[in-house]
Amino acid sequence: MLDLTYTAPAPKVIAGAKHDWELVIGLEVHAQVSSNAKLFSGASTQFGAEPNSNVAFVDAAMPGMLPVINEYCVEQAVRTGLGLKADINLYSAFDRKNYFYPDLPQGYQISQLYYPIVGEGEVLVEMGEGVARVVRIERIHLEQDAGKSIHDMDPNMSFVDLNRTGVALMEIVSRPDIRGPEEAAAYVTKLRQIMRYLGTCDGNMQNGNLRADVNVSVCRPGDYERYMETQDFDHLGTRCEIKNMNSMRFMQAAIDFEARRQIAILEDGGKIDQETRLYDPDKNETRSMRSKEEAHDYRYFPCPDLLPLTIEQDWVDGIAETLPELPDAKKLRFISDFGLSDYDASVLTADVANATFFEDVAKGRDGKLAANWVINELFGRLKKDEKTIKDSPVSAEQLGGIITLITKGDISGKIAKELFEIVYTEGGDPAEIVESRGMKQVTDMGAIEAAVNEIMAANPAQVEKAKENPKLAGWFVGQVMKATGGKANPKAVNEIIAKKLNG
Amino acid sequence: MSIDKETAARVAHLARIRVKDEDLPALAEEFNAILGFIEQLNEVDVEGIEPMTSVTPQRLKRRKDVVTDGNQQEKILANAPDAREGFFAVPKVVE
Repeated sequence: MLDLTYTAPAPKVIAGAKHDWELVIGLEVHAQVSSNAKLFSGASTQFGAEPNSNVAFVDAAMPGMLPVINEYCVEQAVRTGLGLKADINLYSAFDRKNYFYPDLPQGYQISQLYYPIVGEGEVLVEMGEGVARVVRIERIHLEQDAGKSIHDMDPNMSFVDLNRTGVALMEIVSRPDIRGPEEAAAYVTKLRQIMRYLGTCDGNMQNGNLRADVNVSVCRPGDYERYMETQDFDHLGTRCEIKNMNSMRFMQAAIDFEARRQIAILEDGGKIDQETRLYDPDKNETRSMRSKEEAHDYRYFPCPDLLPLTIEQDWVDGIAETLPELPDAKKLRFISDFGLSDYDASVLTADVANATFFEDVAKGRDGKLAANWVINELFGRLKKDEKTIKDSPVSAEQLGGIITLITKGDISGKIAKELFEIVYTEGGDPAEIVESRGMKQVTDMGAIEAAVNEIMAANPAQVEKAKENPKLAGWFVGQVMKATGGKANPKAVNEIIAKKLNG
Repeated sequence: MSIDKETAARVAHLARIRVKDEDLPALAEEFNAILGFIEQLNEVDVEGIEPMTSVTPQRLKRRKDVVTDGNQQEKILANAPDAREGFFAVPKVVE
């Protein structure tokens, strides 16, 4: 298989009054596990249900209720770990993270602080052709999601819905390897892509199924390299954590704002307080979320309701065997097997459904031509109608049929576009449509020559002019195409006209 | 480690338990007694001994990924001091 080497992208640099500043970013991504039931109860995970209807007594923390782990959620976390080339820990354990909030009825979140289920892994984050950063994953742990508080339904009250309470989350913790706002977005996009390939998280940010806490600090040029050499955090600046980003655009704006805020403080001779901040998209600023006095003291301790989670290597191996081909491998294969450009391969593998569709179209056909048609014609047309590949009116078989007709020389590229529009709006078998509507390209040299003769005979003055000035031959080509309803093979027409004018 | 009055007050606050100021010294005393006991336990050498997590040789019980619970909004909200339109209604909490 093709192996590509990458150069690392340059870190984002912000010019300061005295010297430049670089950004250092680490992300904690909370990904909702795709499952039917919650992590520790049998209630549904369905989004958008009637408030407090997907709630078991366990989720509502009724006295005496005990959590029982959903085996499939564990499997999904392992699968995600394998997809991120991470170590799977056969022994992990659950801890209680204690804090009070109305949407957390237990008064604690069951999480995995000391023994997470997944250890170190990595993600390749591409920032353009041949430019990529390998972002190290520190750990992935399983934990419960909290409920949802709604603050705008009443002036004096907050409304609490526990439907999301207890839904399984994977918290994916990166090392501080991300060096700019765009990289942060690309990293989240890549994680999302991998998890969608794996089927472990649907990645829907709007519904809050994928959210990120972003740790931002700034340092002087050279400091980061010293950190990488020693892994000593003292070389880096003090970080602030921006909570709960669920939009790529806002995340980038928040990072940029936060870095500039920190630089302004440092250049003023101040120091950064490590704290949690919230981003306000309306004002485009971050503000402190909790004052220092109320700094979190979660008093973690092992959850007495749950035994440690032990899994077997055989079971992990079984999951590994069912892993699909992942984006990086698929992209490389598309480049090497179908001769696609880096860009086209990236576009086609961004979503697994698109990639599968393309492969069905390209099977036994010219890969590059198939890629052009899928990306430019089909994706373009679907985008216009705000449709996804899943509701494409043109099937892979139909689009493949059109491409076969082009390759066989039955139709020209121009006619193919008309044919595509017919198949898109009316459906039907491309070959049959071409036959029944007489769209077949005329490759019969005799027929084309007859058409050329006819037009030349009718326009003797034009023939004389064109003999003087060969550039005018194009006029004849146009006339012949018009006379044949665009069905004449343009190459053949050009050749015959040139021969006649020169002869 | 010794727990003073301020630490006792802080622990009470984190647990959201209201403790009268005059009761704090006694509470701190109790904490210290408990910690003293734990310190005694710390004297035991447990090097290389696997922590015992259960008195019976059990494996963590698992559940299939099947929806078996829920659809009981009325019961869930039954004990709420205030519930409206299917939600728990609580005093405004906004950061």
